[in-house]
Amino acid sequence: MSKNTEFVKFDKVDKSYDGKVLVVKDLNLNISEGEFITMLGPSGSGKTTCLMMLAGFETPTNGEIYLDSNPISNIPPHKRGIGMVFQNYALFPHMTVYENLAFPLRVRKVQKDEIDKKVDKALSMVSLSGFESRMPAQLSGGQQQRVAVARALVFDPAVVLMDEPLGALDKNLRESMQYEIKHIHENIGVTVVYVTHDQGEALTMSNRIAVFNDGKVQQLSSPDKLYEEPVNSFVAEFIGENNTFGGEVTDISKDVCKVKLQNGEILANPVSVTSKGDKTTVSIRPERALINPKDKMDNNQTGKIEEVIYHGDHTRVRLDLLGNKEFILKVPNSSNELDLKLGNEIKVGWNSQDARALDPK
Amino acid sequence: MSSETKQILTTDGIPLEISLKKAERKNKIRAFLLVAPLLLFLIITYIFPIGEMFTRSIDDKMITNMLPKTFKSMETWDGKELPSEEVFASFLSDFKILVEKKEHGKLAQRLNKEKNGFNTITKKLFRQVKRNKIDETQSIKEQIMKVHKRWRNVEYWQAIKRTAPPYTSAKYLKAMDMYLNEDNKITQVSEDRRIHRILWLRTVEVAFFVTVFCFLMGYPIAHLLATLPMKYSNLLMICVLLPFWTSLLVRTASWMILLQQQGVVNDFFVLIGLVSDDNRPEMMYNKVGTYVAMTQILLPFMVLPLYSVMKTISPSLMRAGKSLGGTPFVAFWKVYFPLTIPGIGAGCLLVFILAIGYYITPALVGGASGTLISNQIAYHMKTTLDWSFASAMGLMLLGGVLVIYWLYNKLVGVDNIKLG
Repeated sequence: MSKNTEFVKFDKVDKSYDGKVLVVKDLNLNISEGEFITMLGPSGSGKTTCLMMLAGFETPTNGEIYLDSNPISNIPPHKRGIGMVFQNYALFPHMTVYENLAFPLRVRKVQKDEIDKKVDKALSMVSLSGFESRMPAQLSGGQQQRVAVARALVFDPAVVLMDEPLGALDKNLRESMQYEIKHIHENIGVTVVYVTHDQGEALTMSNRIAVFNDGKVQQLSSPDKLYEEPVNSFVAEFIGENNTFGGEVTDISKDVCKVKLQNGEILANPVSVTSKGDKTTVSIRPERALINPKDKMDNNQTGKIEEVIYHGDHTRVRLDLLGNKEFILKVPNSSNELDLKLGNEIKVGWNSQDARALDPK
Repeated sequence: MSSETKQILTTDGIPLEISLKKAERKNKIRAFLLVAPLLLFLIITYIFPIGEMFTRSIDDKMITNMLPKTFKSMETWDGKELPSEEVFASFLSDFKILVEKKEHGKLAQRLNKEKNGFNTITKKLFRQVKRNKIDETQSIKEQIMKVHKRWRNVEYWQAIKRTAPPYTSAKYLKAMDMYLNEDNKITQVSEDRRIHRILWLRTVEVAFFVTVFCFLMGYPIAHLLATLPMKYSNLLMICVLLPFWTSLLVRTASWMILLQQQGVVNDFFVLIGLVSDDNRPEMMYNKVGTYVAMTQILLPFMVLPLYSVMKTISPSLMRAGKSLGGTPFVAFWKVYFPLTIPGIGAGCLLVFILAIGYYITPALVGGASGTLISNQIAYHMKTTLDWSFASAMGLMLLGGVLVIYWLYNKLVGVDNIKLG
């Protein structure tokens, strides 16, 4: 069975609220059936607007959105059959958990015994059986969240939208809810469009991530690719931690280029530079730079320790390296003892493959 | 014993409860002192006057003090035949004191209220007493009975006896168009004199419909206020509040200008040909005027509680209702409306209670068919000076409001009220 790779399709969608500023610019995005896709970006990047357009609460200024090949711009929200989980859960406070879950079924005129069955199933899916007669206010944040998820799924929608659903939960609960939602998605195979500004959430849950900035999708790819191979300096900066050097390309071949910095020169992987003289920002993940490397590395530099921050499982070391005073290293908290003292000089090395020469900032 | 052994002590050995009380005492005193002025104010301006009104409305001590001996000797009288010589004698002695104090007129007035005809016979008795025509060595009963034939009628003596208790419910009965007849039975006044009951019913009717109109008009306004962007909603809020900043009299007067037969509204109707010039409808000095003016004046009291409740309803709830498949109407009716009930309750209660005691507007635009019970109260306060009757009606109004509040509490629950 081949899955529809254009189950949800944004086709040249523009959106403006005031006729002056485009919040979403020329968005083209295909979402396949059963996919878990995350829209990730800083606030104001247009990701929630996209979700609202898909749900039907906002109309695209230009372009069209297709759901299963049908244009949906003229279909009102209640006829789209899209489930939605809201940021603040939006549970109906005057209804019990059962009534909340039965609401979408009742408006669809489902038979009473059928409603009971479906509500039962949905509640057991989020492990909240037996909570039917509780009021939302009597539930904890995590439980309310799960009721909201169950309610968005109980009427078997083709697509479920989630708008920062875990934003209000504390860290531990958020992590366990991430896995729970992921498992529910895997079990029932519904298409999920998830909006968040939390990159950790996006990386753990999604099949694919669309990184939004300034109304545009900067990169759309799987979580690992996004982290390992960011295509521009915004994505590199936004996802995970990142050490950067600004410089100019002095020599370039197929897989390696020489970048001249203010005080020094490094070898890097030419991602978005093409010719000599290009300005560039070189990005290196902190865990890819090693202290006192045993193997031979393309780049070997010496840095001075500016700050040591203890983080439990690892220690973060801030170095002054090649004029960058914010060069971060992550040292795993293992038995080998390094002399990490302020002011000490240490040797640091990394491969040119891991130093990605991206567009200049 | 067990409770003593469980008693928790502080590190210094003082029982925890005592220590806590000591620590909290200062705060409690400070809190009390802060509210004390308000409490005093309430007692002086609210509780005390209501108590005063209540005693005034049932007070009948005046006559009790006028005829102390008479009532004392009447205690043993069975009230079936004419009283004994002793009663007549004590009555005469009481009466003489009143004559000396020149208070016999008041007595006549009060007795005449109880039974018509006392005025004449009291005056006759007064003349006899004044001229010292009554010889106290002879039978006083015989002599008084000779003054006027009504003194020989047992019904008049029964009437005197009925005034003996220091308290009376007569004013309350009067407000319900009823009175106590000769046999101490509650009786309705004749049909053509029943004015109060009509007024009570009209008051409740007007208050009810004004509440309904305020609700119908206020709900959409409040919704608009709660959902519009700030810069528009502020402007609209000022429009809603503007009536609050205008004098009630000015507002009522402007309604008079608008609604009178040669007024703006009628002119407009004639202009667009809705009515002919010589057939202008009367929109004032009747119920229509009362409804229109009171609805406008009380509208803010409906809008504000509704607004404050609607403001707290997250817009995502309506969105959730729609995204789950509810049509806009279903989402409104099943999700939004039930959540506004606390505001509806508060607004309706407020408007109804204010409307039920409304005075100035019905007085000015109500005319004969648009006056309410409060106008009657004012009439008795200012014109007839029957303050005890006015007090009785005022208290009945207060009682009615309390009953409504109680009913409301049973139906909706006072905890659900949200005034803002």
